[in-house]
Amino acid sequence: MKKLFALSTLLMLTIAVLSACSNKEGEKVFVYNWGEYIDEDVIALFEEETGIQVIYEEFEQNEDMYPKIESGAVNYDVVCPSDYMVQKMIENDLVQEINFDNIPNFKYIDSTYLESASEFDPGNKYSVPYTWGTVGILYNKTKVDEPVDSWDIIFDEKYQGEILMIDSVRDAFAIALKYLGYDLNTTNEAELEEAKALLKKQYPLVQAYVVDQVRDKMIGDEAALGVIYSGEAIYTSRENPNLEYVVPKEGSNVWIDAWVIPKNSKNKENAEAFINFMCDPEIALKNFEYITYSTPNFGAWELIEDEEVKNSPVAFPSQEVLDRCTAYRYLGEEMESNYIQKWNEVKGE
Amino acid sequence: MVKKFIKKFYVGLILIFLYAPIFILIGLSFNKSKSRAKWGGFTLHWYKELFQNQSIMNALYTTLIIALLSALIATLIGTAASLAISNMKKTPRAILVAITNIPMLNADIVTGISLMLLFVAMRFTLGFSSVLISHITFNIPYVILSVMPKIKQLNPHTYEAALDLGASPIYAFFKVILPDIFPGVLTGFFLAFTMSLDDFVITHFTKGPQINTLSTKIYTEVRKGIKPEIYALSTLMFIAVLLLLILINRRNAEKK
Repeated sequence: MKKLFALSTLLMLTIAVLSACSNKEGEKVFVYNWGEYIDEDVIALFEEETGIQVIYEEFEQNEDMYPKIESGAVNYDVVCPSDYMVQKMIENDLVQEINFDNIPNFKYIDSTYLESASEFDPGNKYSVPYTWGTVGILYNKTKVDEPVDSWDIIFDEKYQGEILMIDSVRDAFAIALKYLGYDLNTTNEAELEEAKALLKKQYPLVQAYVVDQVRDKMIGDEAALGVIYSGEAIYTSRENPNLEYVVPKEGSNVWIDAWVIPKNSKNKENAEAFINFMCDPEIALKNFEYITYSTPNFGAWELIEDEEVKNSPVAFPSQEVLDRCTAYRYLGEEMESNYIQKWNEVKGE
Repeated sequence: MVKKFIKKFYVGLILIFLYAPIFILIGLSFNKSKSRAKWGGFTLHWYKELFQNQSIMNALYTTLIIALLSALIATLIGTAASLAISNMKKTPRAILVAITNIPMLNADIVTGISLMLLFVAMRFTLGFSSVLISHITFNIPYVILSVMPKIKQLNPHTYEAALDLGASPIYAFFKVILPDIFPGVLTGFFLAFTMSLDDFVITHFTKGPQINTLSTKIYTEVRKGIKPEIYALSTLMFIAVLLLLILINRRNAEKK
């Protein structure tokens, strides 16, 4: 007994001493990013080149990240929210303007995406796009023998039980609204009710409401049609060559994840150095190859060696496709609750 | 005849339900393809990748160290608390037992968020220590729960007899009381260890940057797809626990 007591005290003291010793002095930058959203070698390269230590943290959803920033529990220097969340943070005064003099590599970000980004960040003052993509239909060529070019196919009774619908309120309503010809950022009650009715009609046709399970299900030939993000489409097509991706003619959502600097950041210049490093074409290319989500960095795009990937209409769709895609705007708490309420009514049956 | 078969069949069914997911996991850890829907060929690639992946290894060490330390400290505090509580008068004892039971009855998320708010209010930076303190906090009730019944079963007179015979209180504690309550203390320790290993919600809210336990690390991978290195890790942990249990049961069987 005495021995155990002595041993445990010794252990505790050792841990205490060790943890006190590990407080390294020097420049730091606290980065808060999505899980699996960076090539880890890139972090090591950044630390080598700039001497700034990277404290890297990951989150799974925008809604998980927001309360951590809002409460000031941890002072992150660089965060990567999605489009509508960037706008929400701007409106709630949680981010600060970026000094673009410190980010010369910003010139490599294609202006098309900056235009889309100004939907949620007017003037592009607070954010730097990191990845982007579209929402579209992934279909199995062996199960669908008609041409797929419109959203109407996922509302078609012919495919009952073979449809995987996305389990996300904004994305589901975006699809319905675009199909009906409305703006996917609409606040018009009549239009929303119409969209809701359409989604309700689709309910009995849906095999399952999924987000990331759609990948494995489509690869396993378990369904004919699925709604998916373009970044995942590249991965699934590689695993199952029967799968094709298309952005329907009525249009869709273009989503952008962008770097922002929170107001309570303590290392603003280090943050800007980090963002600048991410915009370097070689680094952006490395990240693109790891994440497989499209990059807005045309310097990186030019460096892509694989012709198939470079000209892939999935990863890098034409201007014509992009023109019919819209980015999300944050609609305010009340309207967001309205959307969620309607979505619950759709799934509640 | 039929009854025996039905009994065995029923047990078999239960075992299948319990272990089917684990066996699928083990199978997938050798799958060349990342997707669960396709068998891409046998490979040990993910096991190799696992040991080279710094962030997963760090999460593993953090998980084990926090579980071990918090269980140890909680056991010490919990045992001392149990002794104190059992010597109290009826009312204070009833109140303290009720307070002790609250963290167990509460949803984890309530404990997690309230701890996070406490740390923010005290301007205590979130990091390794905040997670450790939180784990100790929710482990103590489990230790108390395990030790109290053992103390109740004690013969109160042996302690007094030891004092009468000239032992100092501390000597009497270590030689008389502790051996009797030791099974309860050990159970409390293992229970605390398991609860700490298992925890996700409380760790999620009280951890600082770069601190990850296995559960929070796996959670961050859900959006892009869980890496097969995690399947490899889970297989290894399962085999480790299995071997441990086989060893312990062998020793117990030999003793008898």
